[in-house]
Amino acid sequence: MRPPIDWFDLTPELVLLGAAGICLLAAVLAPHRMRAQIAACTTALGFVGAFVTGVLIYVQTPDGENVIAGAMRRDRYGAFAQLIVAGAGLLTVALSHGDRRERQHGGEYYALLAACGAGMCFLVEANNLMVLFLGLEWFSICLYILCAIDLDRVGSLEAGLKYLVVGSFGSGVLLFGSALVYGATGALEFSGIAQATAAQGLKDDAVLLAGLGMMIAGFGFKASAAPFHMWTPDVYEGAPTPVTAFMSAATKTVALVLMLRVLVTAFPQESELWTAAAAALACASLAWGNLAALVQSRLKRLLAYSSISHAGFLLIAVAADSQLGGRALLYYLIPYSAASLGAFAVVAARERELGRAATIDGLAGFGWERPVLGVAMATFMLAFAGLPPTGGFTGKFYVFSAAYDAGKSWLIIVGVVATMVSLYYYLSIIRAMFMRSPEVRVEVAAVGGSPPRDPLLEGSVIASLAVVFGSFFGLQPLIDVATHAANTLPF
Amino acid sequence: MNDWVVTVLILLPMAGALAVWLLPWTRLGAGGFALLVALAEVGIWIQAAARFDFDGGLQFQQQTPWFPDLGVSWHVGFYGFSLWLTGLTVVVMAATIAYGFWAGRERARAYFGLMLMLTGAIVGVFASQDVLLFYVFWEAMMIPLYVLIGVWGGPGRLHATLKFVIYTLAGSLLMLAAVVAFGLSQGTFDLVDSGTSGSTIILLGFLAGFAVKAPLFPFHGWLPDAYRESPPEVAAVLSGVVSKAATYGFLRIALPKFPGPVGDLRVPILVLAAAGLVYGSLLAFRAPDVRGVIAYSSLAQLGLITFGVFANNDLGLDGSVLQMVNHGLLSASLFLLAGMVERRTTTGEFSRLGGMARGRPLLATVLMATGIIALAVPGSTAFAGEFLILAGVFQQGWAWGVIGAIAIVLAAMYMLRMISAVLHRSPGQAVSERALDLRPAELGAVVPLVLILVGLSAWPALISDRSFPHGAAKQSINTGLQASPSHSITQERTAAEAGP
Repeated sequence: MRPPIDWFDLTPELVLLGAAGICLLAAVLAPHRMRAQIAACTTALGFVGAFVTGVLIYVQTPDGENVIAGAMRRDRYGAFAQLIVAGAGLLTVALSHGDRRERQHGGEYYALLAACGAGMCFLVEANNLMVLFLGLEWFSICLYILCAIDLDRVGSLEAGLKYLVVGSFGSGVLLFGSALVYGATGALEFSGIAQATAAQGLKDDAVLLAGLGMMIAGFGFKASAAPFHMWTPDVYEGAPTPVTAFMSAATKTVALVLMLRVLVTAFPQESELWTAAAAALACASLAWGNLAALVQSRLKRLLAYSSISHAGFLLIAVAADSQLGGRALLYYLIPYSAASLGAFAVVAARERELGRAATIDGLAGFGWERPVLGVAMATFMLAFAGLPPTGGFTGKFYVFSAAYDAGKSWLIIVGVVATMVSLYYYLSIIRAMFMRSPEVRVEVAAVGGSPPRDPLLEGSVIASLAVVFGSFFGLQPLIDVATHAANTLPF
Repeated sequence: MNDWVVTVLILLPMAGALAVWLLPWTRLGAGGFALLVALAEVGIWIQAAARFDFDGGLQFQQQTPWFPDLGVSWHVGFYGFSLWLTGLTVVVMAATIAYGFWAGRERARAYFGLMLMLTGAIVGVFASQDVLLFYVFWEAMMIPLYVLIGVWGGPGRLHATLKFVIYTLAGSLLMLAAVVAFGLSQGTFDLVDSGTSGSTIILLGFLAGFAVKAPLFPFHGWLPDAYRESPPEVAAVLSGVVSKAATYGFLRIALPKFPGPVGDLRVPILVLAAAGLVYGSLLAFRAPDVRGVIAYSSLAQLGLITFGVFANNDLGLDGSVLQMVNHGLLSASLFLLAGMVERRTTTGEFSRLGGMARGRPLLATVLMATGIIALAVPGSTAFAGEFLILAGVFQQGWAWGVIGAIAIVLAAMYMLRMISAVLHRSPGQAVSERALDLRPAELGAVVPLVLILVGLSAWPALISDRSFPHGAAKQSINTGLQASPSHSITQERTAAEAGP
């Protein structure tokens, strides 16, 4: 028997899949010169379409409902995450356009990007363990290929392979955990798991707990939370920079959003356990991410460790297990994603200027040469560090508030200490850009005059900048949206 | 309830900063525009001060919700002492921007934009009536300062900024934790609506932020480097105005919101203040250069002001507000003068200076006048402030008074040492015959500050009697600076008069 299908709920995925299909066709049928342009425009339109339909779903779904025989959940929480994914995807298209791979695999690249976005939109609406795994693999496989798409660059291939191996391991752990949970409770649907746990008194069931632990570990892999972060620096460094930007913003968003959804919906009885686990992961990520970032000289590695530490901050919000925590998580993701995309966009700009990997020293004088990008980068660093007037500050403030509210004040202290450490490396980037020290040998751009202007890339940087500032000054509407979204979770 | 003047005072310089950054100014244009904005600030402040009712409580309030789910709002307004500190800010900022304009800073648009942004942030700190807003402005001060020192500072600037940032942010992040805890435990972040808290831990978080910013001994590690490596006008702002944000925080947050814990911690804080006072004075006396003397004297003076704030009586509180303004003006003038001396001689080291008075009467007069007021000769406004503070702290215990008096003697010693090392004795190696006297533009920047000091010397009560309603400082603080205590007093009075 075919269940009724809520096609409207699937529109973001369908739009993006359609865009991916057109890109693939364009890769074969369109004239060689225009392939990349057509594919880029289609993908951009696809992400715009996903954004618009995401907004429509948000507006028309005041209360969450299960759709498609309970396999998926249509609610504002998922729609909110779809909006972030769609926004991130759009900016990624803009900053991919100037990249050199345009010439080779333009069509395929954009098709994968759109398909990846579709997978993420699918994943955040998951309501049972099968959809969860399907969605996770859907977008992960796209990302494995995207990381390795620079076929002529060893680093890119290495990144793809590493991500494939470690990512598959993570997916395997998650799948194993899901199987154990299913085995213990006999339910696939998240709310069914909770009901079965309550009804059958499985609160202390060893199989269920093992399953829960493995699922958390699986999410940890995807969200690159320590100690499951090993792949992050290498993959972030090796992958093409636009892909890294997309991963740092969108993958983290969907992994953490879904993690909170699963934990809250399926395991309310175990909340003491998983909040403790989330808090432990948060501390580990904050400690490891920040300490390791201190010694990095390559920008992409540094930002990779910084993203690990931000997984820690986001996990504090998860550990709060409250409405306020959900609100904090969703709100934090907005400025974080924007700053992350923007920062990698600036890195991409510098890489294209220099023709090699950007290092901290390689930024010397960048701020004065390219003031718009320099000021934007400085702002992103301040946002990462959580200083006003950026959304990073208010995000951190909400996360700390959630921790305090949940009676976990000690997590605030951990967060504060981590922030102190992180300031050193965030400010070292600002220092390199604006305060050239006489000892540093200045790396000049490759010969051939000033780098070509890339209005799309600058546009995406400015858009990120607008979000980072906008989420601070125009905080109230965003918080309202995040509040409505978080309220659809059964805390 | 809805008066725009404070909001304008905060947002005007910020808008000016954006205009400087975004429009294609020439160097002269950017500097001139920034100076114009700074002078407009002074004008607006004078207009506000003229309308201010010194017997009322919080005035010129404006409140707009920012994020209501946690009870945070844009709530600004002035108390008497905030008004004076804001006045200090706008005057000193105008003088320093004028000096920066005259000195011709490189990358003028970036520089003047940052100075204006800093102005807005400092005024915001003094005007916020919401603890989160206070914190936002507090951090917002840090970023322009970091860049101003790091880009336009001296040769050791990178090291100095690193130290400065790590110290201040370590303090202020602890303060953020305290802000979160305070606001959520009170149910509102509004400083007027919230009640008092009995938590020593939360108070310690706030004190960490304040003690580093002021700085109080032993949190002053960043101070000598930052004050030496900054451009002189930035050092003037840093020691003259930014340090007052910390003592303002004592007055506005620590005392009224944490009456119990402050009582417990009073003696340790007074001990730290006393240590800073004596230690700073001794170091100032031994410092080998002009800026070292001013820097350590700042440490000492901030200790003295903290004495007054925590003396727990009217005399101490009134004196501390007066002394905050005094020290702000003095320290700013001295740093600007130090900059002028360094500009002529390329050095601030006493061993290579000397004899600058000969042939340079204006420099000698201005430096002498400022130095004399700074060493608190009887009759000067600094004397009035220090006397009030000492009288206040004497009531806490005679020993505090003795320590304060010793430090004031030391102040006379280090100030006179500095004056004589720069102006008198035989001309130093670095002092060229051709080094000019002060130029009119320099006089324009520094003389107004000195004139205000002279004016205050004639009438210190302008500030000391008008910082708290009816001069009832302690009562005002004890009632949590809630809607003016004057109300109850006047109501009682009218009731008594209308009585039988």
